[in-house]
Amino acid sequence: MGQKIDPNLWSDGAEPQLMGGRLPSGQIVFPMPVGDAANGVEPYKLSRRGTLWSWTSQGFLPKEPYEGPGSGPGANGSGGPPDFQPFLIGYVELPGEVIVESRITGARLEDLYLGMELEFCIVPFNAVHDTFAFQPLTAIESQAA
Amino acid sequence: MSENVYIIGAGIHPFGRTDGRSGREQGVYAVREALADAGLDWPDIECAYGGSAAAGNADIMVNELGLTSLPFTNVANGCATGGSALAASQQAIASGMYDLALAVGFDKHPRGAFNAKPADYGLPEWYGQTGMMLTTQFFALKIQRYMQLHGITRTALGRVAEKAFRNGTLAPHAWRRSPVDLETIMNAPMINDPLTKYMFCSPAEGAVALILASEKKMKELGADGVKIRSVAVKTRPPNSFEVFQAGISIEEGGKPTVLASQAAFERAGVGPEDIGVAQLQDTESGAEIMHMAENGFCKDGDQEEWLANGWSEIGGRLPVNTDGGCLACGEPVGASGLRQVYENVEQLRGRAGERQVQGQNGKGPRLGYSHVYGAPGLSAVAILERE
Repeated sequence: MGQKIDPNLWSDGAEPQLMGGRLPSGQIVFPMPVGDAANGVEPYKLSRRGTLWSWTSQGFLPKEPYEGPGSGPGANGSGGPPDFQPFLIGYVELPGEVIVESRITGARLEDLYLGMELEFCIVPFNAVHDTFAFQPLTAIESQAA
Repeated sequence: MSENVYIIGAGIHPFGRTDGRSGREQGVYAVREALADAGLDWPDIECAYGGSAAAGNADIMVNELGLTSLPFTNVANGCATGGSALAASQQAIASGMYDLALAVGFDKHPRGAFNAKPADYGLPEWYGQTGMMLTTQFFALKIQRYMQLHGITRTALGRVAEKAFRNGTLAPHAWRRSPVDLETIMNAPMINDPLTKYMFCSPAEGAVALILASEKKMKELGADGVKIRSVAVKTRPPNSFEVFQAGISIEEGGKPTVLASQAAFERAGVGPEDIGVAQLQDTESGAEIMHMAENGFCKDGDQEEWLANGWSEIGGRLPVNTDGGCLACGEPVGASGLRQVYENVEQLRGRAGERQVQGQNGKGPRLGYSHVYGAPGLSAVAILERE
């Protein structure tokens, strides 16, 4: 396991959870606010399961501040970024809580559909950091089999 | 009781890439075009509002235009810079304080997608580090869900881009001036599914200047004016879904475009059915489709039929983005919202040449509608009238 991309983004333990916040109104937000905006907001562990609300693919290398494979000094030299891998992004609705933006892993673009059941996971991001993602429940079941 | 306000001069520096001319120099060019159009000289202008996102402050333009001591307010409002400059100059005249005002926007962006800094938008660093801080993703995520819910096809997305490039061939100020066929658009490299390369606009360069006058001043000058019926700028309401949002409320909220549109129609005392030509924010194909409904011109899902039947073409029931919009003109952020107003001024005055929309009695359309949307969730709408 690498380091967390942000130490406060998800909880530790065998079954990590994304950290959101509960506003005084009861509304759940993501991410947990910081600084003065966190006053009166209780840290709130978000559900590990949700459904796909929308999705897209990232087909080109994002500019800085992107720190994934293919970024960094020299990566945009002649010949392009050899190790950039297109990835999937989506919004995942956590029932009764909030809709979070996340990487989608363990699925192909053509497999995705509205309402698809997904579960939270931690994935390697670059040489140093891990990040969070959601993956189809079926991917988890097939890993277990 | 506020004064009626008219646009009596409109100038543009062609959009696209102009090596060797800074963004601000393009702004000065547009101001001179607008002054010539209105039959005025720079010392006649009493106040000015303008800005750019990436090409410096507008008030420095007095170095080239002349040191007339006029109050010149810099506007820095992202994609709504032009809309905000127009609103401010409109208010300056409507208040009765001034009779002649300038609204100007210009820009010059580096090539490739915009890169934004998380801290500038109140977001944590990981949001940018992990590759989520891209405006293109937001547009794709928004249209992807919309297509699933309202039965919009990928072909409809292609048709929007095809129309944009076709209209661009007719607009001298457009950047992309060659038609692109539907098959090429559909088979181009995918940027963010479902949007291909040709379905996105690109950051670009360009400038627009508009000269606004009171009714009294317009009559005194004998100028050819187009009346501003209403201007509305709205930021996002609670629970809305906007660009750069790591979390969205599960309660469906309002939309800044819907709010700005309703306010503009209400102030103008007209409805969507009265509009003869519309310029709607089309940073990508899906945006034009969704903005047709958000601005009240059709129901969600009806865009499929509109595009299949060519109802938003020049010559259709409501021509949309008659100069090719952002898709054909590119997006110099500070100038883009004013380009839409410029295009409507040209259409209403009957000066749009090959792309002229025909109104009744062989004249141009009577009412023109423009809409710009930008980060972090704001919209500006202007309704113009040819009296």
